[in-house]
Amino acid sequence: MNADRTFRQPGRWAVLAALVVLAVVMLFPFVIVTLNAFKSPAEYSSGGPLSLPHGFYLDGIVAFWDRVDFGLKLWNSLLISGVVAVAAVVLSVLNAYALGIGRVRGRLWILVLFLVANTLPQEALVYPLYYLSKEVGLYDSKLAVILIFTVIQAAFGTYLLSSVLGQFPRGILEAAEIDGASRRRMLWGIVVPISRPTLSVLLIFFFIWTWNEFFLPMVFLISNDNQTVPVALGVLQGEKMMDATMSSASALLGIIPAVAFFLIFQRTLTRGVTVGAIK
Amino acid sequence: MAPPGAGTARPRGRGGYWLYLVPSLVLFLAIIVVPLLMNVATSFTRWSGVGTPTWIGLDNYTKLFKDERFWASFEHNVALIIAMAVMPTIIGLVLASALFDYIAKRFGGRTASALRAAFYLPQVLPVAVAGVVWGWMLHPSYGAVNQIFGIKVNWLGDPDIALATVMAIMVWFQLGYPVVIFMAGLQRVDPSLYEAAEIDGASWWRRFWHITIPQIRPEIFVVLLTCTIAALKVFGPIFVLTRGGPGSATMVPSYFSYLNFFEKVNVGYGSAIATVLALIIVVVTFLFLRVQERDQESES
Repeated sequence: MNADRTFRQPGRWAVLAALVVLAVVMLFPFVIVTLNAFKSPAEYSSGGPLSLPHGFYLDGIVAFWDRVDFGLKLWNSLLISGVVAVAAVVLSVLNAYALGIGRVRGRLWILVLFLVANTLPQEALVYPLYYLSKEVGLYDSKLAVILIFTVIQAAFGTYLLSSVLGQFPRGILEAAEIDGASRRRMLWGIVVPISRPTLSVLLIFFFIWTWNEFFLPMVFLISNDNQTVPVALGVLQGEKMMDATMSSASALLGIIPAVAFFLIFQRTLTRGVTVGAIK
Repeated sequence: MAPPGAGTARPRGRGGYWLYLVPSLVLFLAIIVVPLLMNVATSFTRWSGVGTPTWIGLDNYTKLFKDERFWASFEHNVALIIAMAVMPTIIGLVLASALFDYIAKRFGGRTASALRAAFYLPQVLPVAVAGVVWGWMLHPSYGAVNQIFGIKVNWLGDPDIALATVMAIMVWFQLGYPVVIFMAGLQRVDPSLYEAAEIDGASWWRRFWHITIPQIRPEIFVVLLTCTIAALKVFGPIFVLTRGGPGSATMVPSYFSYLNFFEKVNVGYGSAIATVLALIIVVVTFLFLRVQERDQESES
């Protein structure tokens, strides 16, 4: 046994070393992007991508920020994702109340419908949505994107929340019913407060999923005033006017909010990531 | 809306719950059902997006099945399923089990969670931003990768390697997701199973094969299903990195339909591609759920 221990000693470090090397590879693009976002083009061409920046050269970041009006893009993304998250949670709660607690007839079919809606590729909806939004004057408006994603996220939320509310302790509801509480009071006074942890996980997921969306926002938000962060960056990618360090500044500006959300929401997310697994 | 006198025990009938579904059903009809039906209808027509569509029956579909680019795009989809679902699942299983069953026990839980966070970080990026990052890293003239290794490889512009490059990027992007899901799954496995196996002298590999994999089967199913669907739908990275090119070396159905909708204004043809893609995704989902159901039945 003892011989076995000493024999294994180098082995256990080898496993750790292999995993650390892999972690470095995974993080490498983040490090490289950050390093070079703070360099001048001249510094990049002389020192290469691995050298440490000489100072805090902010011109690349500032120039890119001004050129795409990045503050406005951030605001657009925040507004769209925030409104979608709240609206989709509200819709999910209403649906799940009817399906999970009310157990209305045909609920299985309704759930299947919502699940199919959530797995459908957006390509199968995009052209009619594009056409219809032009007809009603909503094309190139944030409202169109908000409405579409509210429905798509709520489809998933309904599916998930219905099974959660299906397990809701019946005793509490029956007691409230005997006390003469109306359906509306039972929903907002009992069901919503008790399921708040699940709802907050859903809220965060909806926010981040909407923030990360690219395809439909790219099709619908063509004017600069309406674009979201991923759309602005994705469309500009590879443009001739961008030099090496400005490109990495643009990548850094895309990374920062995503990593910030991850750090802010980390606790709720790691608790809820298995919830998101169903998507 | 409660029907009056529906019974004394239940003063409010069940019908009233329907009201809560009304807002969603209206929106759902307008944003999912009607557009989906319109898309299917359009796929039987020739239409440029303006004027009246001309009914041409199944012509788009017969053309589709003879179109080499269409078949190539599905072949690339299979490659992306390997890169986004199969490989991350396999590597993720090994990593999760190494972190959970080895690193956490010998080097402490903090080391394990730090490593898990490092593997997960690419997953927090919007996929389009991940594309921007790699588009910069792999730029043929000033990209960091070529500069560091002193080579001149056109990673995304050479038709022979573009697809492999995209695949590698997607493995990088996707890997953290199975690692996190599998580690969460391992947490619910009874530790005495591992302890008993260790006392019996079972090697790490045997524990991996006989305990870890059977115990987290449900998680493996979920990861494979969700990642396969994501791979079938993939659009953002292709748009940002290659636009389906060079030539059609990285063309995928979603981008192919986008191209027909908005650049070639072949709306009917684009609709046919999107309809086929939607059908494939729905069928794949049902097959997966079926297999999973059967698996659970044979388990119990």
